[in-house]
Amino acid sequence: MLNVEGLTKQFGGLKAVDDVSFHVEPNTITAIIGPNGAGKSTLFNLIAGALPPTAGRIEFEGRDVTHAPAHEMARLGIARTFQTTHLFEEDTVLDNVIIGHRLRTRSGLWDAVVRSRRHRAEERECRERAYEALRFVGIESLADMPVRLISQEAKKRAAIALGLATQPKLLLLDEIAGGLNPEETQRVMGLIRKLVEHGYTVCFVEHKMHMVMSLADRIIVLHHGRKIAEGTPDEVRRNPDVIEAYLGGAAHAAGE
Amino acid sequence: MDEWGVAMTLLLQEILNGIVVGSIYSLVALGLTLVYGVMEIPNFAHGHLYMLGAYIAFFLLTSAHFSYWPALLGAVVVLVVVGLLVERLVFNPLRKAPQVNAMIASVGVMLFLEALAQAIWGPNYLQMPTPYGNVLHIGALSVTQQQLLVVVAAIVMMVLLNLFLKRTMIGAAIEAVAQHREGALLVGIPSGRIAMLTFAIASGLAALAAVLVTPINLLFPAMGTMVIMKAFVIIVLGGMGSIPGAILGGYILALAESIGGAYISTNYQDLIAFAVLVLILSIRPAGLFARRA
Amino acid sequence: MKPQVWRRAGVSLLLVLGLALPLVVSNGYYQQVIVLAYIWAIATYGMNIILGYTGLLSLGQAGFFGVGAYTAALLMLKLNWNFWPALLAALVVSLVLGYLVAIVSLRTRGHYFAIFTMAVGVILNLVIDRWNGLTNGEVGLVGVPGPGSIGPVSLDSDLGKYYVVYVFLVVAVWIAWSLRHSLPGRALLAIRNSEDLAEAIGTPVMRFKRLAFVLSTAFAGVAGALFAGYMGYLGPDVTSINMTFNMLLYLLIGGIGSIAGPLLGALIVSFLTQFLQIFQDYQMLIFGPVLVLLIIFFPGGLASVPRLIRRRRARDHAAAVAMAEAAAIEGSGSAKEGA
Ligand SMILES: Nc1ncnc2c1ncn2[C@@H]1O[C@H](COP(=O)(O)OP(=O)(O)OP(=O)(O)O)[C@@H](O)[C@H]1O
Ligand SMILES: [Mg+2]
Repeated sequence: MLNVEGLTKQFGGLKAVDDVSFHVEPNTITAIIGPNGAGKSTLFNLIAGALPPTAGRIEFEGRDVTHAPAHEMARLGIARTFQTTHLFEEDTVLDNVIIGHRLRTRSGLWDAVVRSRRHRAEERECRERAYEALRFVGIESLADMPVRLISQEAKKRAAIALGLATQPKLLLLDEIAGGLNPEETQRVMGLIRKLVEHGYTVCFVEHKMHMVMSLADRIIVLHHGRKIAEGTPDEVRRNPDVIEAYLGGAAHAAGE
Repeated sequence: MDEWGVAMTLLLQEILNGIVVGSIYSLVALGLTLVYGVMEIPNFAHGHLYMLGAYIAFFLLTSAHFSYWPALLGAVVVLVVVGLLVERLVFNPLRKAPQVNAMIASVGVMLFLEALAQAIWGPNYLQMPTPYGNVLHIGALSVTQQQLLVVVAAIVMMVLLNLFLKRTMIGAAIEAVAQHREGALLVGIPSGRIAMLTFAIASGLAALAAVLVTPINLLFPAMGTMVIMKAFVIIVLGGMGSIPGAILGGYILALAESIGGAYISTNYQDLIAFAVLVLILSIRPAGLFARRA
Repeated sequence: MKPQVWRRAGVSLLLVLGLALPLVVSNGYYQQVIVLAYIWAIATYGMNIILGYTGLLSLGQAGFFGVGAYTAALLMLKLNWNFWPALLAALVVSLVLGYLVAIVSLRTRGHYFAIFTMAVGVILNLVIDRWNGLTNGEVGLVGVPGPGSIGPVSLDSDLGKYYVVYVFLVVAVWIAWSLRHSLPGRALLAIRNSEDLAEAIGTPVMRFKRLAFVLSTAFAGVAGALFAGYMGYLGPDVTSINMTFNMLLYLLIGGIGSIAGPLLGALIVSFLTQFLQIFQDYQMLIFGPVLVLLIIFFPGGLASVPRLIRRRRARDHAAAVAMAEAAAIEGSGSAKEGA
């Protein structure tokens, strides 16, 4: 589904992502791990089209999307959440999520000003998709609450709902369980499983090892921008390079 | 004198005028760029602090019968205090607000200061007295003592500022923050104090520039508007937050204006700065000296 | 359905009030104050689209107001055009110029954008101020014709001009309202909130910013043309950056990003300035600090008052929210664990 080859991103003298290749099978869960500053978020930014790569190639569903901008990637079916949720805190959850389906609509300014039939139909459709997504992530009853009043966990769910409203095939979740307590993390893990059960493909970045180990079908390990290992949780767990590069990080994660 | 000699004299005279005006531009732009570098606030009120400095000195000279140098010092001191107040009362509360909010607040301060000057001193043009009105002749060139004073004082101030930024702990901290923000944390000086000090220096420099130059020009409540807009052009061209950029940019712009004004059109002289800005940002949207990503 | 009925009744009442106003306020001077407030409000609606909706501080608005005003006035004076085609031309010119400026200015970011648009505004102002041959410089243009008449109905009377401007105001509010509540409008709000997120959910950010910018310049241009036709004379001072700052003031007092804000702000500021001596003499001595205080303590302006009240109520319900949330998530969580 997703095919990354020799992907490199250079910031000045720093190679944040350095010659990384991997691929993602449909309907699986891939975890990307690595110490702080390893280049995980940058990798997501490259895949999602938010940053242009310095070198390398990205293919999504057989199509070369290396230079596609972010809004084009969203249209092609990649949704993402950010390490810190960027939701608009003053608006309600529903108002935040409604906009997610806009990319599948065609109304422009003129339709809006004359209140055309198409615009009304598409508004309704966006609203329905938003409710559907909120129902999926389990926060439909919070639809009319301002985002700033809901919990961290609910915000993460709302961010996923916004992604789902774009009707994606692949979801990129950057530290979706960051800042959540163990119980909340457990529940979000349940949500990720549910996503895959419903046919979505998930890639996620995470520091919490138990979450990575129990969810991921495959794990990719980054260190200083380079991919130092890839495999099933068992393979990665036993990989000596990983243990060496990651020892501090793993100990840190275990302590969380 | 032959034709060529006349042309040369004219050119030299324009260069001289450019250097005088450039000294003022640089001093104002220096303060603006420091404030921008340290706090990321494009302070639209900066030109009006400059204006206020001139009026304070005018008041001290005419109503309080100070002589020139004490009046200059008095204006600088008052403006340092005003700068501190503005920082504490207006910008400090907006540290965490969206970027545009601080900009809008600075517009509010600007409108207030202009109205204040108008309420106290009236809307008319005023002439600031100076003991340095004599005209000196250097060959065929003529220059007033005041003009020389502007140039010399500006250079002295730039040297002093440079010493302060390079040789003192807190100065180094200010420069570190201004030029590359991450460095600040390393020095360990509270950022609140850095912000206050930066504002104080910037306002003081503005007052100094104003008191130096207004005997040549005239005083009026809106005198800060054109100056601040040109100072923005200078610091964008010189790199926002860059100290050498502000100094160099100030002189280059002033020279371009005086030479362009003489040879193209005085009517459109003021246009030069803005046309250059639009041109350069159209070609390089992140400015001339953007760090490459 | 009930709140909708109320809203409709309220809007109808306001519309009728607007229609009846010049019949009630028959004093010509007061009428002029109101009409000028309307005109500046129209321009401020434009600023609201770029600043309030999209989050970009564009400081060239008065310049575009001037472009509209001088385009219309010059076409009428020099080429003997009628008001209406001249107004259309003003719209087109400010749209086209706005589009050209949008292409280059929107490539800059953050403060650079504000400074770039400031420079554009200053250039427009200086050209209008200095190009004596065309604009008559500081003296300005006099004898600009008004809207003329439609059949037997003269629009050049005070009353006629009032209704012309009023109709444009209503259209401006309508566009602002429907944009605010439409999918493209939501896209602009998404950009204001976070460009990265907006892009990530498929919003072509640059295209929408251009749309917002061009709308803002079109509003400014039309307001300028109305101004020229209404006043009958025109000077470069209405194109100076101070006028942009005035719009900013209206917007902040009325409520940035809101529908009522621009009109509310323009009316309040105009009335206070005209009718209270103290405001007349020391206008900015008061409004300057008001602007600062608003942006610090009350960035939503007057139009946000009802929302703040609702918000207080919402805060009271915060505990209830937490409970609803716990129930919802817990429920969905266990359902998944079972699946
Ligand atoms: N826009 C940028 N410009 C310059 N350097 C950047 C930029 N974005 C990231 N970097 C640098 O690239 C490196 C990788 O950053 P990245 O955010 O991808 O790490 P990460 O693996 O996501 O870390 P974390 O676990 O802390 O989220 C870091 O050294 C970071 O400072
Ligand atoms: Mg990261």
